[in-house]
Amino acid sequence: MTPSPTQHEDPTASEPSTHTGAITLPNGEIPAIRFDGVGKRFGDHVVLDNLNFTVRKGDRVTLIGPSGSGKTTILRLVMTLEEANEGFILIDGKPLTHELRGEKRVPLKEKHKNEMRKRIGMVFQQFNLFPNMTVIENIIEAPVHVLGIPKPKAIERARELLEQVGLPDKADAHPTQLSGGQQQRVAIARALAMDPEILLLDEVTSALDPEVVGEVLGILRDVAHNTDVTMLIVTHEMQFAREVSNRVLMFDGGQIVEEGSPDELFSNPQEQRTRDFLSAVL
Amino acid sequence: MLEGMQITLVLTIGGALLAMLIAVGLGLMAGSHRRWLKIPARIIIEFFRGTSLVVQLFFLFFVLPLFGLELPPIVVGIAGLGLNFGAYAAEVVRGSIAAVPPGQWEATTALSMSATQRMWRVIFPQAWAIMIPSLNNLLILLLKGTAIVSFITMFDLTASLDKLRIDTNVFFAYTVGLVIYFLLAYLLSLIMNALEARAKRKLGRGQSLRESMHFRTPRGANS
Amino acid sequence: MNGSLWEWQFVWEALPILLLAFVKVTLVVTLLGSAIAAVLGLLIAVARRSAPGPIAAVITFIVNFIRMTPIVVQLLFVYYAFTGVPPVTLGIIVFGIHYATYMAEVYRAGIDAVPVGQWEATTALSMSRRRTWMAVIVPQALRSTIPSLGNYVIAMFKDTPFLLAITVVEMVRAAQLFGAATFRYTEAFTLAGIIFLIASYPTSLLIGRLEKRLAYK
Repeated sequence: MTPSPTQHEDPTASEPSTHTGAITLPNGEIPAIRFDGVGKRFGDHVVLDNLNFTVRKGDRVTLIGPSGSGKTTILRLVMTLEEANEGFILIDGKPLTHELRGEKRVPLKEKHKNEMRKRIGMVFQQFNLFPNMTVIENIIEAPVHVLGIPKPKAIERARELLEQVGLPDKADAHPTQLSGGQQQRVAIARALAMDPEILLLDEVTSALDPEVVGEVLGILRDVAHNTDVTMLIVTHEMQFAREVSNRVLMFDGGQIVEEGSPDELFSNPQEQRTRDFLSAVL
Repeated sequence: MLEGMQITLVLTIGGALLAMLIAVGLGLMAGSHRRWLKIPARIIIEFFRGTSLVVQLFFLFFVLPLFGLELPPIVVGIAGLGLNFGAYAAEVVRGSIAAVPPGQWEATTALSMSATQRMWRVIFPQAWAIMIPSLNNLLILLLKGTAIVSFITMFDLTASLDKLRIDTNVFFAYTVGLVIYFLLAYLLSLIMNALEARAKRKLGRGQSLRESMHFRTPRGANS
Repeated sequence: MNGSLWEWQFVWEALPILLLAFVKVTLVVTLLGSAIAAVLGLLIAVARRSAPGPIAAVITFIVNFIRMTPIVVQLLFVYYAFTGVPPVTLGIIVFGIHYATYMAEVYRAGIDAVPVGQWEATTALSMSRRRTWMAVIVPQALRSTIPSLGNYVIAMFKDTPFLLAITVVEMVRAAQLFGAATFRYTEAFTLAGIIFLIASYPTSLLIGRLEKRLAYK
């Protein structure tokens, strides 16, 4: 299935360029995520403007760049926490919130958005665990009520996930009884319980004490190695980005400034802005 | 009708002024560290909050004369409203002063300011900005409280509504009454909002006068 | 008029009368009125959030109008408008509706106090609206609202004397009648005041403790 016809350039035909992030896809391969002329503003403040890029299935893409460059907005747009003002976002070839009918940009029905949303998961900087539920209740809530998985099965899967994130004995604890690092690990388990195709990670270690950052990154490394979920990561942890990602996109002012493999970008940045940013954070 | 409205206004404004005086006095006492100030203040506050406004009004109107104190009804109304709402407002004053960041107190100590200077120039202005929304709520409650005064003592808007009712149709009479009370309450809220905006502006965190004239839903006060 | 200022025998005489009125009227009106207010208030709060703009605005206006006008006038209005209905029933309904407007505000504040991250997490997990409200938002909102609701129950309790305006013999009216009959107003009203105090002060202390217990770490 080819991407829906648009008035913009057909991205599959564009040349690879360090400034647009578009990648030539082998014929027929449908990208996991595609941003097509996406624009987003908050009031008068334009965050993203005519943004185009694609993410392949199984990619581990890290977005880096200064604050305000739009990286978190991109994640929030994919998770439908915000809606783009212009352009289209396609998940697995299907439009997420709007589609083009004839010449008009038309919003899609809630039902469609709900279906699309189920394939995407997100882990937040502030964890956002539900304090009125135990750890295991947090994890099984969506699988049982959204995916319709029978409760015993969901509990079994939840316990497996708790093992994987290293918290097997915390199933009946309350989030307020856990440390920040532990809460974030539960949040990762909760997101994984939905078996998402795409996992969005929004600065997931930025709110943690330095000592526990490592344990969370370790879990994410395992996820990257043991599954083929597509990951879109916003982080300041450059070392982690190097280890886990196969592509790094440098953002500034809502535009992709440079992109490449971690080795290319970190060792040999081409653009001045990239060099400036990296020298400030590394 | 007009006479009734006048009396309602007199009761409201008189009661509010008395309440404010009592509130600041009692509030400062209740917030003090000195037990000989704090404990009596606490007792008075809880007494007036815990018994009902109506009981207090009845007491003032029926019982005081037995002790030789015969007061004109409007004074009884103002006294009752002032004492009752003064106690509630004292809690608000105490809470607002406590909400001023401790760093402010420490700064005044570092500058060797006297207790009076400290309260008058630094602490109270900040507490004032904090307490206005809650006082707004109490003021509306006070306005509504004037309605019961007539049943105990005298002529006010509610009683004149009764007269109106006899002459005209029920719905008209009481609807007019409700609308007038509502407009009075709205007006009072606008004034309080403007006061709050002014207080905040003086503290450097303000909004324009226009913004303050928007009617903001009074937040629920804990009675 | 008797010359003495205080005579205990009248206190004991008044006590059963006042207590009877207290239980039969004051408590009944408070409990039933609060039940109505708590449920209606929640409905109003949810409606204002979920209803489309114009409807929500109309609801807001009506709610504000009721809240900002005296309960006494509302009682009188209803009393003269619905002559067939027993005044106590009218009282319960008016109190219920009037206090629902206060409680709706409390619910609103409670819902607003739930951190936005909680809403976002439910989106990230594709949870339905119904589930989001029932499993995540309302349980957290209630924690901060229950103490405030409790304070309003106490407030309603102290407003029950307003019912005397529509001929209901609640406790304070009973005290006034006793005083009119015996000329012993002092004892009667003092007793009424003490009963109010005994009922409301410990309750408000309990609510304060409940508030501390319910607050999250």
